[in-house]
Amino acid sequence: MVVGGGISGIQAALDLATSGFRVFLVDKAPTIGGKMAQLDKTFPTNDCSMCIESPKFIECDRHPNIEILTYTEVDDVQGEAGDFTVSLTKKPRYIIESKCTGCTTCVEYCPVEVPDPFNQDLSGNKAVHIYFSQAVPLVPYIDDRCLYLAEKKCSICVGVCKTDAIDLHQQPEKLELKVGAIVLAVGYDVFDPKPRNDYGYGQIQNVVTSLDFERLLCATGPHEGEILRPSDKKHPHKIAWIHCVGSRQVLEGGNSYCSAVCCSYIQKQVILTKDHDADAEAVIFHNDIRSYGKDFERFYQRAANLPGITFIRSYVSIGREIPETKNVTIRYATDDEGVKEEEFDLVVLGVGLVPPANGNGLADLFGVELMNHGFCKTNPGNPIETSRPGVFVSGAFAGPIDIPESVVTASGANAMTGALLRSQRGNLARERIYPPERDVTEEEVRVGVFACHCGSNIGRVVDVPSLVDYAQTLDNVVHAEEGLFICSTDAAQQISNTIREKGINRVVVAACTPRTHEPLFRDTLREGGINQYFFDMANIREHCSWCHSKQPEEATAKAKDIVRMSVARTINLEPLQEFELPVTKVGLVVGGGVAGMTSALSLADQGFEVHLVERAKDLGGMARRIQSTLEGLDVQAYLDELIRKVYRHPLVHVVHGATITGVTGYVGNFVTTVSYEGRSKTIEHGAAILATGADEYKPTEYLYGEDDRVLTQLELEKRISDGDEGITQAKNLVMIQCVGCRQEDRNYCSRVCCSQAVKNGLKLKDLNPDMTVHVLFRDMRTYGFAEDGYREAADKGVIFTRFEVDDKPQVAPDEDEEEGRPILRVTVPDPILGQRLALDADFVVLSAAVVPSAGSQEAGRLFKVASSPDGFFQEAHVKLRPVDFAADGVFLCGLSHYPKHITEAISQAYGAAGRAASLLAGDTVTASGSVCEVREHDCVSCGACITACTYGAIEFQDTSVGKKAVVNPVLCKGDGLCCAKCPTNAIFLKHFTDKEVFDQIDAALFDAFGVEG
Amino acid sequence: MCTGRVDLAFIFHAFAKGADGVIIGGCWPGECHYVTEGNYDALGNMHLGRKLLDRIGVNPERFRLEWIAASEGNRFAEVMNDFVAKIGGLGSIGSGEGIEPDVLERKLKAAEKILPYLKLVEREKLRVPTKTEKGYNEFFASDEVTRLFDELIADKLTVSEILSLLEERPLSTGEISQALGLSPSDVSRHMNVSSRQGLVKYDLERQSYALP
Repeated sequence: MVVGGGISGIQAALDLATSGFRVFLVDKAPTIGGKMAQLDKTFPTNDCSMCIESPKFIECDRHPNIEILTYTEVDDVQGEAGDFTVSLTKKPRYIIESKCTGCTTCVEYCPVEVPDPFNQDLSGNKAVHIYFSQAVPLVPYIDDRCLYLAEKKCSICVGVCKTDAIDLHQQPEKLELKVGAIVLAVGYDVFDPKPRNDYGYGQIQNVVTSLDFERLLCATGPHEGEILRPSDKKHPHKIAWIHCVGSRQVLEGGNSYCSAVCCSYIQKQVILTKDHDADAEAVIFHNDIRSYGKDFERFYQRAANLPGITFIRSYVSIGREIPETKNVTIRYATDDEGVKEEEFDLVVLGVGLVPPANGNGLADLFGVELMNHGFCKTNPGNPIETSRPGVFVSGAFAGPIDIPESVVTASGANAMTGALLRSQRGNLARERIYPPERDVTEEEVRVGVFACHCGSNIGRVVDVPSLVDYAQTLDNVVHAEEGLFICSTDAAQQISNTIREKGINRVVVAACTPRTHEPLFRDTLREGGINQYFFDMANIREHCSWCHSKQPEEATAKAKDIVRMSVARTINLEPLQEFELPVTKVGLVVGGGVAGMTSALSLADQGFEVHLVERAKDLGGMARRIQSTLEGLDVQAYLDELIRKVYRHPLVHVVHGATITGVTGYVGNFVTTVSYEGRSKTIEHGAAILATGADEYKPTEYLYGEDDRVLTQLELEKRISDGDEGITQAKNLVMIQCVGCRQEDRNYCSRVCCSQAVKNGLKLKDLNPDMTVHVLFRDMRTYGFAEDGYREAADKGVIFTRFEVDDKPQVAPDEDEEEGRPILRVTVPDPILGQRLALDADFVVLSAAVVPSAGSQEAGRLFKVASSPDGFFQEAHVKLRPVDFAADGVFLCGLSHYPKHITEAISQAYGAAGRAASLLAGDTVTASGSVCEVREHDCVSCGACITACTYGAIEFQDTSVGKKAVVNPVLCKGDGLCCAKCPTNAIFLKHFTDKEVFDQIDAALFDAFGVEG
Repeated sequence: MCTGRVDLAFIFHAFAKGADGVIIGGCWPGECHYVTEGNYDALGNMHLGRKLLDRIGVNPERFRLEWIAASEGNRFAEVMNDFVAKIGGLGSIGSGEGIEPDVLERKLKAAEKILPYLKLVEREKLRVPTKTEKGYNEFFASDEVTRLFDELIADKLTVSEILSLLEERPLSTGEISQALGLSPSDVSRHMNVSSRQGLVKYDLERQSYALP
């Protein structure tokens, strides 16, 4: 059972269901989706949040192993790991789900307007309404403010419902379910600034929270994507954002931890605001910019470099509301100008993340412990485990994390559940049954065109009704219609129905990108009873409305061109069959650090044989150099135990001193050759996990390597743990942050160094309270609970001094002025005092960057996977496929992906193991039907195609008409290189044939000469 | 489908249909999403295509290949805006070059027709020795390739163009040489070879060449 239907719960359910388990996905809300559904875009790629999440709703809805229970709450949990009995109550939504068609007639007739919770009460909705357009299930619910429910007055909705789906006397329904494991994905709440009342939220109209602002930005929001301020519904021109509202505050009613996501989401909101209104001005009041994640630093720069955008480091207070304009003033202070008061049209509060409202109740109910901040207590050695066996935690219930981390822990929960219930895997799994496929060979071509508004993403720019009219004029088009969200459950269902009713045999969806939505629509075709390859997507969003948002007329003309091309191609499409390929149920893990070992063990615990390949003679990797974590994990003890488990596990085979010499094959069927100790071995495996780690940057600055009093943080840690008195009894020690990163050649933050400096500073202060420890920093990025460590260090006397990147500290050998003792003199400008500070140091400790390892580059080359510009592995999708590579069957975890803390690497390792397991659990993988084939008659046996094919998929075979090239479809990957080499066009790529392309070109150039063709 | 799947026939077809410019966007070298590095094949095709365009008098700048990763939306926009501006500067195809529409059509058709032969030549004679972007660029810019191209392709292209011309009506040597701006001796040489290969026949009575 997965409790919580946000993105984390959804991912956990999908991974578990694909791994062969039956899943109940329970959500107390009327739909699945969670907080992510309320967001407009997601950082740092500014992908549309709903657009990437909603295909997953439908995937859950259609998955034969997932049962979705919305508007349902858990009452009681009995039993133990492997055998729980869970009692639930399905709240009355006063709608009979099985009868409702989602037609929304009831909504139209309902006379009662209530604030819309999905839009943060910023706009109204009816007492009976569907939670949001893409809701799953797409069934309304009736709010208790309904006149009948409140006063038994009106029942108009019952009368207008044609399917008798409304039952105003519906009672709560009790359920009891037996489950083997529970995944708690109950998420978080946002900080409510009302009770404390210091930012005027709730009293001053034009003060909104960042979540309110998400809705204001969003096309499906209260003003259809127009940013209008609450007081007068006018466009605010000058906006202020206030960071850390409810976070990093030790005062009453605040939270001491850092909420980890706000810095980046505020930058996102700033960028989007400028997209909406290029002339908008904004001031962002912050206290450290914590851009610690992958590509966050560049994202920050992007926001900061926009014209009219100012980032100011200052605490603030709300001044007053100006009665005439309803503008709001903010008081703040800068180093140069002192205290100032400035007026803004709108103020956005960057509210933090807090534990779910009934966190204590949930903890009691599920029998799990909470940590001091009220989030779920986890084991630092396994952040997916709660204090109760068989109950796992995924997502932000374990602390403030962003979407990719929530997805990673969800896949990790799959791995943990898979280990617990491995003997039950597949026992209750069901196959998806599709309606039989209609044979259309004798039918004339009948194209259906479905054009999507995508809320206002497309509709605001492209004239969709005129596009539909145009589509109807095209040859072979028998049906064209528009929809607000074609990808919503009901719209997809409607397409299936239309295919049947109108006898459609080719489908064009004019909407967004096939990268996210093609699988969904192909599935819709199968539901409609036709071959899934009779489908083409015309991308009128990314390729049109988004990039031509300022030219609606031209964009509409272009959308017509795109649809015309798509229809021309679609007419030629042929039905294709996919292949089922067997899966070698063995995993290969490259890299024997903590991440690699954890994922190898997890796979083995789930019942899969694993080969763990390590380049060095010993296991351990980077963790060998780390003694403890800020949360207090004894890393060396943990590592020893982990290594022992790896060696003891009968399913884990370790290869030391190994070099991978070759990788061939494809998802489900890889063959990797490894040479070790002068020998060589061949490993057949179905999945690979790359955990090739990272290195510590070897500084060239601050006298490192020239003066042995200059160390890196890792070297310091080693000397502390060795009990080196020279260090522990030193008088003065200065740490310098951001050495080798956050600069032009390495434009990223190494994420771990701030916490590492705090940890080592605390340790030194513990051992020698008299030592003076200075930390010279640019932004302290002790995100999440590490903030408490930062505060503790400051309380214990560690001195934190900020410097700017263009005026870095300087280090030079010198003598102590009083005693004449040789020291290092560190000078740094002090922005508060306005003069240079000179510090005497016995040691200077450099927080050196984390840099990609050479091993990662090599492994990446062999497995043909991509790296980012910074040299770290590039995941398939930053938000929703954080441990997958774009190449199927290859996964990633640990520092090779990006710098991260040990606990985060462990979490990701379980995530990668969970993803790999969902592949290995299946008996087969499906290969695309888009492969090459040879027209025997045209083949002249020149061999050009055979030379072109790197997969070795083509060979000569003797046929009745002589020696001819023949394609083995199982090996063909459909790149089509052979087609461009064949002199006689004898070989062709299905789904991308010459005819399909030529017709598309003709359609594109339809009126180039003013006439057809 | 890979960039290397983009057949030169698609490119010439697009020009023949009136496109003023054609651009191929491919993955950066070394970042192949398959394992085949077909983007190098695309690079080779680009060079061949440009040589062929140049040979028929069409500005080769009308055909471009650019490396643009899926994540580089901004770069894509920049490249496209730049390309559109450059092509705009060249004017529409044919008129920008000062070629009459019917001549352009014939020349593009002639080029399209020899593509199968070009594929064979590429396979037999134009193997690029080093698989780097620099290696490709240098190879196709080398005198050796220019010589081979002239030797193996130029004549075929001329013959292909003559054949296209003869599709309209039989023509004498003089008429052909005038229409294509060739010396009569070159035309005779091509016609002798083509007659032997059975591509054309000589009509003694009308003293002109015709398609068989």
